[in-house]
Amino acid sequence: MSAPALRIVAAGPGTTIQDSGRHGYLRFGVTGAGPMDALAHATANLAVGNAAGASAIEVGLGGLSLAAEDGPVTLAIAGAPFTVTLDGQKLETPLVLTLEPGAALALRAGPTGAWCYVAAAGSFATAPVLGSTATHTRSGLGGLDGGPLKAGDRLPLGATADLGHTAPSRLIAPWLERSRDVVRVVLGPQDDFFAPEVVERFLTQPWTLSGRSDRMGYLLEGEPLTHAGGFNIVSDGIAHGAIQVPGEGLPIVQMADRAPTGGYPKIATVIGADLGSFAQLRPGASFRFAAVDIATAVAARRGQAEALARPVERVPFIRTDLPSDFLLGLNLVGGVVSATAPAT
Amino acid sequence: MPAPRLLDAGETALVAEFGNEVDPVLSDRVLALDAAVTARALPGVRESVPTYRSLMIHYDPLVIDRATLAAEVTALAQAAPAEGRRGALWTIPCCYDPEFGEDIATIAATTGLPPDEVVALHSSARYRLYMYGFAPGFCYLGGLPDVFAKVSRRLKPRPPHPPNVVMMAGGLASIATVSMPTGWFLVGRTPERMFSLTRTPTVLLDVGDELMFEPIDRATFDALEARAAAGEVVARREVQP
Repeated sequence: MSAPALRIVAAGPGTTIQDSGRHGYLRFGVTGAGPMDALAHATANLAVGNAAGASAIEVGLGGLSLAAEDGPVTLAIAGAPFTVTLDGQKLETPLVLTLEPGAALALRAGPTGAWCYVAAAGSFATAPVLGSTATHTRSGLGGLDGGPLKAGDRLPLGATADLGHTAPSRLIAPWLERSRDVVRVVLGPQDDFFAPEVVERFLTQPWTLSGRSDRMGYLLEGEPLTHAGGFNIVSDGIAHGAIQVPGEGLPIVQMADRAPTGGYPKIATVIGADLGSFAQLRPGASFRFAAVDIATAVAARRGQAEALARPVERVPFIRTDLPSDFLLGLNLVGGVVSATAPAT
Repeated sequence: MPAPRLLDAGETALVAEFGNEVDPVLSDRVLALDAAVTARALPGVRESVPTYRSLMIHYDPLVIDRATLAAEVTALAQAAPAEGRRGALWTIPCCYDPEFGEDIATIAATTGLPPDEVVALHSSARYRLYMYGFAPGFCYLGGLPDVFAKVSRRLKPRPPHPPNVVMMAGGLASIATVSMPTGWFLVGRTPERMFSLTRTPTVLLDVGDELMFEPIDRATFDALEARAAAGEVVARREVQP
């Protein structure tokens, strides 16, 4: 029998395989890609015993339907509060469960958030390209064939740690409940291309996420910013979260699929700890920026790293609205067990 | 060499900026610091990205703090030689046939040069690979003859160009490997792949290398294209005196 695999039954347009990203090739123009919400991606991976940066499925607003083949597949789902159904029964996220062959798992966008992650115990046996499975559709790198996942795709699992059957359980991951009203930034590297009062206005006025946003850039709508001098700079490097201000004055936040270099002034950079929650904004959502110093940004980053250093706890679902044959299929474990301990 | 200005691009990237221009002297400094940072292999430094005028150093601030990195970079810049290493010289075959050089007529009209002269000037200049960026293997080249400075960018990007095109815009030249929409003007097409996942090496040229374009006719292009498609390197690395 072949190794267990996940079969994509249906996939919305924005569904891709992402690991922690492609590193070491930015200098050749190769984008890093990687998850839009790295904290949620890592949480899903860790909950099924994978390395934090292992290959997982990033599901966009278009949703995803999955089935297990050639054996059961233990999955964790974390990220935006998508509506998850197992054979039509709604389950709360973040969660972990074992998907049996023949069962139907579906994720649909919920009321908020933009990206949800599906990690499989053992991850996927997807061949890396330049050291990474991260999909960058614009350059056709990573994933199965450089593109998004589509109906019919088959994802064989990697070397599976035998976790056995895992009762559907809610993951306890309070670090994923993050503010979406304030996005913290470190000013620079080109804030001196703007008058002080323009920088002040950048930090105080509300911004709204444009519907033209994608994995490459989040476009912002609001009162345009004016440059003190020119807006064409000689191209330099672009960090994840860099906020470019092109000539028209509306900022573009450079996200996971950004080009490694670019030629517009960057007024500020979203701090790493807020990149994931910022990525989860829906078009039309409003927020403000707040400037912090490097020490604050590093402390926030450390806080998230420490949260992920502990096992992800889980509590089995106790449901009374499920049919008895469904309940009989569940192994209801009392109490809280570590995600990395063998499941009972 | 002179100390670079250090700028923060968030808490995970430090920019060492040597100036604001496209200038081989600045580029030499960038590349010297890039070599020194790479050789130093500090724990927590993930990768560095050389550009025309600056080096972006991506780092993990939970492994190396900003102050330590800044002190290291400043010391490395002071110790680095201001003279860059001598780059290799490459000859890149380029077919300027109208089918490939679809914007030569526009460039001729903009500059007042006959189309033949556009090709003659473009293929007699010596270019420097200042940086990669934008897309895999996208080469930003300096050294475009001044007469082409009048050629700005397209007002609107054109739909995705074919792979392996040679372009100009804003006083710069470029070679684009991956098909993308572009604001640049197409001058010709090379059979060479500046980036190929199915060939070793993946990337042919180092930043700081120089190159010239060698005009080839359509029949030669087709022959070289077939060889390049099979994984052969069809650009020539010249032996410099």
